[in-house]
Amino acid sequence: MATKSAKFNLRQFIAKLGPLVALILLVILVTILSPGFLSPTNLLNLLRQVSINAVIAFGMTFVILTGGIDLSVGSILALSGAVTASMITSGIPSPLALLIGLALGAIFGLINGLLVAYGKAAAFIATLATMTIYRGATYVFTDGNPITGAKMNNSFLFQYVGRGYLFGIPFPIIIMLVAYVILFVLLHKTAFGRKTYALGGNETAAYIAGVKTKLVTVIIFTINGLMAAAAGLIQTSRLSSAQPDAGTGYEMDAIAAVVLGGTSLAGGKGRMFGTLIGALIIGTLNNGMNLLGISSFWQQIVKGIVILIAVLLDRKSSKA
Amino acid sequence: MKIELQHISKSFGANQVLTGVDFTVESGSVHALVGENGAGKSTLMNILTGLHKADGGTMLVDGQPTTFTGPLDAEQHGISFIHQEMNNFLQMSVVDNMFLNKELRHHGLLDEASMRKQAQQYLAQLGTQLDVDAPIGTLSVGRQQMIEIAKSLMTDAKIIIMDEPTAALTEKEIDQLFTVVRRLQQQGVGFIYISHRLEEIFEIADTVTVMRDGVAVSSAATKDVTMAGLVHDMVGRDMGDFYPERHPTPGKVALSVKNLTEPGVFRDISFAVHEGEILAFSGLMGAGRTEVMRAIFGIDRYTSGTVELFGAPVHFKSPAQAIAHKLGFLTENRKDEGLILADSLHDNIVLPSINGFRHHGLIDTKATDKFVSMLVDRLTVHPADPAAEAGSLSGGNQQKVVLAKWVGSGSQVLILDEPTRGVDVGAKREIYDLMNELTDRHVAIIMISSDLPEVLGMSDRIAVMYEGRLMGIVPTQTATQESVMTLATGNQKEAVTNGN
Repeated sequence: MATKSAKFNLRQFIAKLGPLVALILLVILVTILSPGFLSPTNLLNLLRQVSINAVIAFGMTFVILTGGIDLSVGSILALSGAVTASMITSGIPSPLALLIGLALGAIFGLINGLLVAYGKAAAFIATLATMTIYRGATYVFTDGNPITGAKMNNSFLFQYVGRGYLFGIPFPIIIMLVAYVILFVLLHKTAFGRKTYALGGNETAAYIAGVKTKLVTVIIFTINGLMAAAAGLIQTSRLSSAQPDAGTGYEMDAIAAVVLGGTSLAGGKGRMFGTLIGALIIGTLNNGMNLLGISSFWQQIVKGIVILIAVLLDRKSSKA
Repeated sequence: MKIELQHISKSFGANQVLTGVDFTVESGSVHALVGENGAGKSTLMNILTGLHKADGGTMLVDGQPTTFTGPLDAEQHGISFIHQEMNNFLQMSVVDNMFLNKELRHHGLLDEASMRKQAQQYLAQLGTQLDVDAPIGTLSVGRQQMIEIAKSLMTDAKIIIMDEPTAALTEKEIDQLFTVVRRLQQQGVGFIYISHRLEEIFEIADTVTVMRDGVAVSSAATKDVTMAGLVHDMVGRDMGDFYPERHPTPGKVALSVKNLTEPGVFRDISFAVHEGEILAFSGLMGAGRTEVMRAIFGIDRYTSGTVELFGAPVHFKSPAQAIAHKLGFLTENRKDEGLILADSLHDNIVLPSINGFRHHGLIDTKATDKFVSMLVDRLTVHPADPAAEAGSLSGGNQQKVVLAKWVGSGSQVLILDEPTRGVDVGAKREIYDLMNELTDRHVAIIMISSDLPEVLGMSDRIAVMYEGRLMGIVPTQTATQESVMTLATGNQKEAVTNGN
C-alpha cells in the first residue's frame, strides 16, 4: 500500500512538476555554458521572443484538451496581421484596426469550430484545409508582398503593441501575462473550463451530463483564433510590417509547447501552467542555442529531440 | 463427431460461474442452450472452444479427452463459433472477408478468380446467391449471417455454435436461416443453438438444456418439454428478502408518454410514471427499452408521439434540455456514457449541476466541495475522497458516483438503466435503499433491468417490452417471473395487461 501511494505521487509529480523541473535544469545548463544568459536584458529578450508562441499555445491548450488540434493558427496570424496592417496604412484609426484584426481571428476560429462541431470534420483535416485557405487568402490579399508604410511607424498605439514598454517590461510580455491570467481563470476557475475537461475526457458522458458539447467546441476554436490573431498583431507591430508568409510553422511550436507542458493529445488532461512552462522551455532552448552560437540547422534537431524525450517520459509516467 | 462436456466448473476470482455442468452435442443434432443473461452459457462455450480453461471437468471429443488451445485450434478441429456480434470488415467485399487470412495465391499474387468462384460455391451450398464483390456492410444482417455460416463450411465445420443468430433478423430471414440449418443438419453438421427466443427452440432444436446461475438445471428432448416448463427452469430461484420492502405512495403523474414511435426502433409506446413510484421496464436485450429512454432524454430522436412532464408537453432535443427540466438518466454503460474516468469524483459529480455553482462567473469551489462531500457521505462512496480518479473505483462505487450526479442535480424523474449491473451484492442493497429513499422524497423512477428478481423485488409496476413494442404493464404485486417472461418473449395471451 505504501509503495503504491509513493508510486502514485511520483506519477503526479512528474505530470505536474516534471516540465518545471526540466525548465530549471535547462536554465542551469544554459547558464553554466553561457553566463550571459541570466542577464536581465537577455531574460526580457527571451520572454519577448516567447510571447508570440505562448499566446498561441494558451489558446491551443483548450483545443488540445478537447482532443482536437488546430493547424491553421499560423495562417490566421498572417491573415489577421496583414488585414490590420493594410487598414492602418490606409488610414483607419489604429484602435479600430486592432479590434477588427482580433475579431477577424475570432471569426476564422469560429469557422474552424463550426466545421469540427457541426460539420463533424476531424479537427486535423478541417484545420489542415483552413490552414491552406487562410494562407492562400493572405497571399491574395497582399498580392504576395509585405505590407509596410510610414503610417504604421507613426501610429503610437500600433507601435506600442509590439515595441512598447510598461514599467520597463516589453509590452508583448504584458500581453502574454494578461492572456495567461485570463485563460488560466477560464480553464481552472469557471464552469466552461470544467466542461472543456469533461468534453476531452469523455464526449458522450459529457453530453449526457448536459454539456452542450458542440457549443463548447465552437467557443474553444473561436478563442484559439482570437489568440492567434493577437499573436499576429504583436508580430506585425514588432516588425512594423506584415509578411505574407508570417507564422509559417508556428502551429508546430504551439503544439510542442502544449505537449511539453504535459497536456495529453488524447484530451482531458493538462494544465495552463504546463503550457506556459512548455513555451518557456522552447524559448530557452532557442535563446540558449543562439547564445552558444549553434547553427539554426542543428537547433531544429535539438528541439525535435527534446520534444521526443518529453513525450516518451510522459508516456512512461502515465503508464506506470 | 460427438462432444461431451463433463462436470465442467469455472470461476473468475471469487465468482463461481459454472458448477459441474454436463453438456453433449453430436453431428446431425441441434442442441439448444437457454438461460438468462449471466447464467454461464457464454463461459461454457468459451471453454468448449478453448478460450477459457476449465477449473474442473473434462471434455471428450469422440470419446477422447481433449482441450483446445484456443478458438483457432477448435476451428481446425471442426468446431466453429458464430458470435452474435459478427467480426466483419464492413468496407471490404464479401469474398475478401471470407478469405481473410486464408487468401488463395497464385505465384505469390492473390488468385481472385478462384476465391470468387469458391465463395459462390459455398454460398450456393446454402441456397444463397449474392454479389460476392459487394462490401459486406451493404448487405442485410441476414445475408451476413449466411456468410458467417459459409465461412464455417470453409473450415469444414462439424459442429457450429450459434449465439443469438436471430437477434437482428426479420421473420423471413429467420425462415431462411432455419432452412439452411436443417439442410446442414441432414448433411451431418451438429449445432449448438443459443437463443432467448423460446418459440424458436421448439421449431429448430431436438434437445434443450437450461442453464441458471452456472448450473445446467435441466436437459431434455424438446418434444418432452413445455414453454412454461422452460421458463420456470430459467428463472426459478428464490428472491428471499434481498430486496428492501417498498411502501409506495404514488402521487400525481410525473412523466407521461403517449404513442412514442421511432420507425424501426420502437413504436406506439405509452406509459406514465407517478411521483414516488418505481416503474420497471423489463424485456430481453434488444427489446428497445434503452432506445425509448434515450429518445425521451433527448439523446436520440423520435418521429411521433408526445411526452409530458408534470402535465406540460416537452420534446427534448438534447440532454441539457432534459436536465434543465429535472430529468436524470443513469446510462447502462457507466464507463462509456456515465463517467469521465480520468476526472475526479468531485468533477464527475458536479458536472450536471455545474451551472448552478457559478458565482460572478467563477465556480464557487467551497460550495461544490460541500455539495460533493455531502453526496459522497450520503451514498457511502468508497473511497470517500473527492479527489480520487473515477476510473480507480470499483464498479459498485462508480455506479454510486453516477447516481450521486443525478441525485445532486435534483432530478425529479430519474431513469436508471441497469442500475446494478456489474455491482456486488452489498453495493446492490445500498443502491436499492437509495432508490427507496428517493421515492420517499417523491422522485419518480423508471428502472430498466434485465434482472427479473430485481424487477419483481424493487418495482411497483412492470412495463414489458418485446421487439420495440410495449406488451403490457402489470402491477408488481400480481406479477410472477413466469408472467413477465411470457410477455418478454412475445407471448401475450397468458399475461394480465393493464394499460395504465
